[in-house]
Amino acid sequence: MKADPKGVLTGAHYIDGNYAIAEGALAAGCRFFGGYPITPSTEIAERFVQRAPHVGGLFIQMEDEMGSMNAVLGASWGGVKSMTCTSGPGFSLMMENFGLGLMLETPCVLVNVQRGGPSTGLPTLPGQGDMMQARWGSHGDYEVIALAPDSPQEGFDLTIHAFNLSERYRMPVLMMTDECVGHMTEKVVIPSAEGIEVEPRRFTKKPPSEFLPYEVDESLVPYAPIPGEGYRFHVSGLTHDEQGYPVINAEAQDKLVRRLVDKVKKNAADICKYEEKDIDGADVVVLSYGITSRVVQPAVEMAKKKGIKIGQIRLIVVWPFPEERIRELAGSVKGIVVPEINLGQMVLEVERCAAGRCATILVAHAGGGVHDPETIFQAIKEAAK
Amino acid sequence: MRADAPAKPAIEHPMESLLRMDRIPHIWCPTCGIGTAVTAFASALEENEIPLDSVSVVSGIGCTGRVAGYMKLDSYHTTHGRAVPFAVGLHLAKPSLKVVVFSGDGDLAGIGGNHFIHTARRNVDITVICVNNFLYAMTGGQVAATTPVSANTSTSPYGNFEQPFNLPLLAQSCGAVYVARWTALHIRRMTKAFGEALNKKGFSFVEVIAPCSTLYARRNRLGTGLDLMKFYHDNSEIRHGADPNDLNIGFQEKIICGKFVDIEKPTFLDSMNECYGKSLGEKYEIYEGAAHA
Repeated sequence: MKADPKGVLTGAHYIDGNYAIAEGALAAGCRFFGGYPITPSTEIAERFVQRAPHVGGLFIQMEDEMGSMNAVLGASWGGVKSMTCTSGPGFSLMMENFGLGLMLETPCVLVNVQRGGPSTGLPTLPGQGDMMQARWGSHGDYEVIALAPDSPQEGFDLTIHAFNLSERYRMPVLMMTDECVGHMTEKVVIPSAEGIEVEPRRFTKKPPSEFLPYEVDESLVPYAPIPGEGYRFHVSGLTHDEQGYPVINAEAQDKLVRRLVDKVKKNAADICKYEEKDIDGADVVVLSYGITSRVVQPAVEMAKKKGIKIGQIRLIVVWPFPEERIRELAGSVKGIVVPEINLGQMVLEVERCAAGRCATILVAHAGGGVHDPETIFQAIKEAAK
Repeated sequence: MRADAPAKPAIEHPMESLLRMDRIPHIWCPTCGIGTAVTAFASALEENEIPLDSVSVVSGIGCTGRVAGYMKLDSYHTTHGRAVPFAVGLHLAKPSLKVVVFSGDGDLAGIGGNHFIHTARRNVDITVICVNNFLYAMTGGQVAATTPVSANTSTSPYGNFEQPFNLPLLAQSCGAVYVARWTALHIRRMTKAFGEALNKKGFSFVEVIAPCSTLYARRNRLGTGLDLMKFYHDNSEIRHGADPNDLNIGFQEKIICGKFVDIEKPTFLDSMNECYGKSLGEKYEIYEGAAHA
């Protein structure tokens, strides 16, 4: 369906990535924000609360990040598109109930504007050190969907996409941005509401007498009950059956956890999103995401001047990881260079998929800034040897 | 039906319409007070003719955390300590729902204490029922934020030396508009309190002092479940309007019960609507819950 024009600020704007994310959420139909302030994500909450009363939305600043994540889940079960944002330690605090969201199959969006860590780390400076936490930070087995914008425009566009994916697969979706994109001010073009496609909640069409909360068809995604309408459903963070009732045994665990994993894995082709440049005939490919993909550009130009056949792949959806594509690439290039603002996280996925068929070279940066393109260029040269 | 299955009793259980009979028998021990609180709650819903489809029960983790799983209502079994913020989000998204948190003392006053005090402070229009059995029962009887001084638990084997919370005082001082306490013996009064709390606009709180004979009574040599009920009979005093400062519970000492707070105050949504209305004038649409399909 088309976006509700009430939330869409159509026009060209000069705003930062954080504001663009808030606008993307409003355009997507998000009308509930459970916030807790933390640098460098707070502007998303600030923008949302300024705008919410004008568009029929509600903002509440909760007492902590556990509170905000749960209020978001509760609001989503109330039938409203919901979100929160956080950074650094706040992401750790949200992990437990991010897991509850996955278990109850609750659509919502959690934005992490990454800063340097661990612990309090570098509150005002960028990092990409939470990429593996995004994947594995809550306990137990599960799959996640995480997106990484590289510009304010993409902050807007991908937030809408994140909401759509969260409704399509009925799960919390992560926006893994970073301080640089969050605080970078650029032109953001917001289309008219007719130009924005939004996915509504997959509410059940069955009457209460025939409805089971976790019954699925071939999509593996259950349909949601409408609260307060006589469905009298039960949902639980415990391992449960199709009825939502707790079943504490290995068989129920196997059935449920495999489905939660499969609904992402089997739809990876629909979810995965990346952008490629000059891949055909390339000897070296640079794989990047988020702000790092911007920093890569001067290094690629330097390599081209040296005559290196260089291609690029930019992850837009970082989780699920595009395994198939990286396996293919590994068979046709000498090396894949992976610059990231951490000491080696997504590079582990690249190595796993390359499986020794090409070199994988990490260009690490501990955080607090972005790479000097020269360091990336040196890695490209080495990979081209 | 299987040939050897017991025949369905001729008379239905009187609470059948409110309980998930397909989940009975429940997990609670004989003489546990939680079932009594559930019965009183079900009676309160019926006596007050509250439209059942509009009621949502949210529980956290623990023995009382299992209440959501037995009530035939929209029900959510969430994580440890987080029932209150989940309920806050649910209520704010759809204020037409009657949202009730039903959980234990460990869940609400221990791990969830921060959510409890802030939700009372904001006067969010939900009802919180806390079954207080003085310890963490689901995990085997550990010391809680409500354990009376000197009581023996598995993590206070030489007696508890920490001061417990006085939950009615905590709720009142944080801003709750309705505060009551009853024991599992006071079924009629507890039922009435649940009804009043459900009909109260704002943050309403009812503490239910409940026996845990398996852990609390056994470790403290207090006898059987019946002995505990006799103790409540002999040692609880009804004092409506008592100063919440006087409601501390000492080990095997008097338990003061009653309704302590029943006041009117603008709720979170009332205050928000007033503030935005004043600041934004006609540009502000009164929030009545976000529209959804």
